[in-house]
Amino acid sequence: MVDVAWQETGVDVQDVAERARVLNRLRIGDIVFHRITKTAALLVLMVLGGVIVSLFLGALPALQEFGFGFLTTQSWNPVTDKFGALAPIYGTIVTSLIAMLIAVPFGLMIAMFLTELCPMWLRRPIGIAIELLAGIPSIIYGIWGLFVFAPFLQQYVQPPIIAAFENIPVLSTLFAGPPFGIGILTASLILAIMVLPFITSISRDVFDAVPPVLKEAAYGLGWTQWEVWRYVVLPFTRIGVIGGVMLGLGRALGETMAVTFVIGNAHKISTSLLAPGTTISASIANEFTEAVGDLYTSSLIALGLILFIITFIVLAIARYLLLRINRRIG
Amino acid sequence: MNVATAKTAPVAAPHPGDGSVLKEKIAIRNLNFYYGETKALKGVSLPLYANKATAFIGPSGCGKSTLLRVLNRMYDLYPGQRAEGQVLFEGKDILEPGLDLNLLRARIGMVFQKPTPFPMSIYENIAFGIRLYEKLPKSELDGRVEQALQRGALWSEVKDKLSANGLSLSGGQQQRLCIARTVAVRPEVILFDEPCSALDPISTAKIEELIDELKTDYTIVIVTHNMQQAARVSDRTAFMYLGELIEFDETNKIFTSPNDRRTQDYITGRFG
Repeated sequence: MVDVAWQETGVDVQDVAERARVLNRLRIGDIVFHRITKTAALLVLMVLGGVIVSLFLGALPALQEFGFGFLTTQSWNPVTDKFGALAPIYGTIVTSLIAMLIAVPFGLMIAMFLTELCPMWLRRPIGIAIELLAGIPSIIYGIWGLFVFAPFLQQYVQPPIIAAFENIPVLSTLFAGPPFGIGILTASLILAIMVLPFITSISRDVFDAVPPVLKEAAYGLGWTQWEVWRYVVLPFTRIGVIGGVMLGLGRALGETMAVTFVIGNAHKISTSLLAPGTTISASIANEFTEAVGDLYTSSLIALGLILFIITFIVLAIARYLLLRINRRIG
Repeated sequence: MNVATAKTAPVAAPHPGDGSVLKEKIAIRNLNFYYGETKALKGVSLPLYANKATAFIGPSGCGKSTLLRVLNRMYDLYPGQRAEGQVLFEGKDILEPGLDLNLLRARIGMVFQKPTPFPMSIYENIAFGIRLYEKLPKSELDGRVEQALQRGALWSEVKDKLSANGLSLSGGQQQRLCIARTVAVRPEVILFDEPCSALDPISTAKIEELIDELKTDYTIVIVTHNMQQAARVSDRTAFMYLGELIEFDETNKIFTSPNDRRTQDYITGRFG
């Protein structure tokens, strides 16, 4: 019975062998393809490993010389070959945090406006403007910050702030004069503008992905737009939003050019946000060409290693938070 | 109410034989609806009686869901959609601009085709809506949540896992959670938009039973593709076709001796 059927459809033993050959040939293609993609993926790991190793080796002399004190001392003196990373670390973290403090609420508000409230005809112009903001090279932010934004702040914004907070305990220290124009706060503001498009466009995309029926269900219970956004859209998109915020934070931590222009590049920690400071990336960019001694160069590489580690920790914390939130949702 | 009078009342009385006076909860008057340029509802006029279930039936695209979405102004969320005419809810036109939509939607609740639990716990799914309108102490809130879940015929199944995520329930349970959630806000009218089309037969039976019970307290409007369902759960049926209301009558009448040829063709499965 089976034989008859085989003959009728014209499949004999030879055909089967031929088919196996063809399949074999295809399978080789499969294996090659598998190898190539695997190599590409492993290459990323190798590059990452290589960067870590070379950073570590480069930083080793400085770390041996100063030990743990490298992280906790402020002095940065090429003349006496004494280097401590505290000021740049402080500057990096503070500028990034202030930038996020400003950019996250603004970004979320813009994204909410664009997805929920904005009339159709206005959506595209605002959307495109945001995308363009993301496309501006950081050097342009730097130039603008130094020649336009900082003088503006110095002349019209900082003096009234200093005057207003003069007699208020904590704020008077945070906003102590004189108005330099450039400084930690100015760098933070520029950073905020730079990370805003990232946060906005990712949030907008994830807000758009909320199923309309879920929103309708909430509106159907008589919820207001704010309640729907706060208790349905935001929880539903929480993970995407955190992703956008982390991406923004990553950019803020590592941003070099614009910050170098407006932060003032002073290796010291001031209690005032208006005072000049420095960040890790700004220090490296500023001083690499003039770093003569081995220890000087090594110290700068050590700064790079620290930035690498900070970024890594930020990502790790983000992952951990996401994990915990996911577990709570169940 | 004198039963004898109702029985001997002339045919002109809205619907003899009900044994009670029918109260018009919602009166739809000459309603037109547009999706942009497309006219989706053409001069629909229809009463929805208090404490009765009214079913909207008709082939896809006939406007029955559109009609339902006018009743709680859900179409307002989308630009380009507009309604003309009057929809009187307790005598007040809900199509008027400036109406408090949140209040309207709290009074006219809606249950959707797909179950839509919010991404929060079962308890919160119910409690949240209540909290928006009323400040209640915890114990009272617990009571309201239990009451709503019982009303939704879900209490016995979830009472031990109120803190579990609403999404962890089965499809049928999720839909009952949504009904409970709607009931918890204490609406006067509940709109059901094909509430069982995504559910298995057993869940469907449970929900139909539930709708039947809810009638004692609420005015029910249900859109359904399933004619047996319309016959089972509703007291009045409106047959719609191509945006027009073709026939509106007691459900029995529609399914046994419809007046219009098209109604008869539809319920006998000749088209749709």
